[in-house]
Amino acid sequence: MVAIPSRHKSLVLLTVVLTVQVLMLAVQIKRDSRGRLIRVWAISGVSPFERGGAWGFAKIRNVWIHYFALQTTSRQNEALRAENDALKLSIMHLQSRAAEADRLAGLLSFRQAHAEVPMLGARVIGASAGMASRTIELDRGERDGIRRNMAVITPDGAVGKVIETYRDTSQVLLLTDKDGGAGAMLMESRIQSPVSGAGEPLLTMKYVAADDQVSLGEKVVTSGMDKIFPRDVPLGTVVEVKPGNPFKQVRVQPAAKLDRLEEVIVLLTQDPIEFKKESEAQNTQTSQPGATVPGGNQNALPTQPSAPGKP
Amino acid sequence: MNETYELRGGETHIEVHKFYPGAVVGVTVAALVLQAIVPLYIPVLRILELPLLVTIYFGLSRRNPSTGLLLGMVIGLSQDALSGPTVPLGYYGIAKTVVGYLASSIGARLDTEHPAARFLLTGGFFVLHQAVLVLTRRLLLAQPEPWFNLHLAVAAAVNAVLGTVLFLGIDRTRRSS
Repeated sequence: MVAIPSRHKSLVLLTVVLTVQVLMLAVQIKRDSRGRLIRVWAISGVSPFERGGAWGFAKIRNVWIHYFALQTTSRQNEALRAENDALKLSIMHLQSRAAEADRLAGLLSFRQAHAEVPMLGARVIGASAGMASRTIELDRGERDGIRRNMAVITPDGAVGKVIETYRDTSQVLLLTDKDGGAGAMLMESRIQSPVSGAGEPLLTMKYVAADDQVSLGEKVVTSGMDKIFPRDVPLGTVVEVKPGNPFKQVRVQPAAKLDRLEEVIVLLTQDPIEFKKESEAQNTQTSQPGATVPGGNQNALPTQPSAPGKP
Repeated sequence: MNETYELRGGETHIEVHKFYPGAVVGVTVAALVLQAIVPLYIPVLRILELPLLVTIYFGLSRRNPSTGLLLGMVIGLSQDALSGPTVPLGYYGIAKTVVGYLASSIGARLDTEHPAARFLLTGGFFVLHQAVLVLTRRLLLAQPEPWFNLHLAVAAAVNAVLGTVLFLGIDRTRRSS
């Protein structure tokens, strides 16, 4: 037993007596809604250590988990990366399919709206190998009734014309090619002038007289004068007008997305045809079958033109 | 307990007093009873702290810190017990334990027989006693309690005067050496 010096005995006794009485106080006092004072003291005294202990354990656990217990993390990381890549591919595939479905729905709708016009859906399977020309290759050819100089369009607007056909494929010269072009006219003023490509994204409208009024944003449609495209197929929108003498320089943004073509429509006739106005087309749009979409049912092919003309 | 002896430390010569049998108990009980009864009839005398005065007196006279603090504790706890349920046991006990201990410690070193010394010490211990009570109220019980004010200053002076007089009366319970 620890010996207490006699001179300190009274001090120790004082401490003991005071402590006992303080504890006695604590046992008796009951604070409002907080229980007995001794409980409040006990909790107040212990809680800092509890907090400190909890904090310390959390830190240690955190360090352990994030720095030491990483044996499986690397494998999990690899598996998650692989899964993530697979999911990305899956999403891209689904997005592609969704976009394709939208495009095909557009083609089908267009076909139904112009059921009297023989047309064939084709998938773009290739493009020109160099910058010198702007052509695309279709998955349909002579066997499907495609002939040279047939018009190629999309629901958005004119694309170009067939310049070469093979048994199962065909090549299309885009409007933006240096040799591409179409008969055109301004939709409002009905001013006619051919548009031609220049190897650039924009088309050039030639032979618009200097005194003709051309406004930006004006729609340009086919005139039908080239014997390739029917009348009133959208060609584009005027985006630039420069004064000139004797002709203005009018630049047209193509209506069709010529740099992102995936499915197109080939008009299987070179006879003069007339597209219905948009409002009329919507009225005649029914559930009538007969549309042929890329990869679709071959039994739904429209009537083959009897005698495609030559330019 | 029945003997009188002297503390000799260096050049000091302090006498330790002994009392007649039952004197300590009798005086203590009388103080507690009077403290409980007198204010009922003379409310102004509520400022008197007879148990404190007894604690101070016997602490200064016995000059033994251990017995001083134990006596203070007993007197204080008795006062708590007699003060009703609103006063927790230990409230006065703690304060009088401290006073008993300090009074005994000071009594062992100083000559506290002179009335002036008794007056000053009684006043000082009253203030200390009050301070401990306030601290207990505020810190341990979390209850509001005013610090020392004019009323308590008057009470300290009155108790100091009464203590000086009362101590002379209690001196008669001492056994002659």
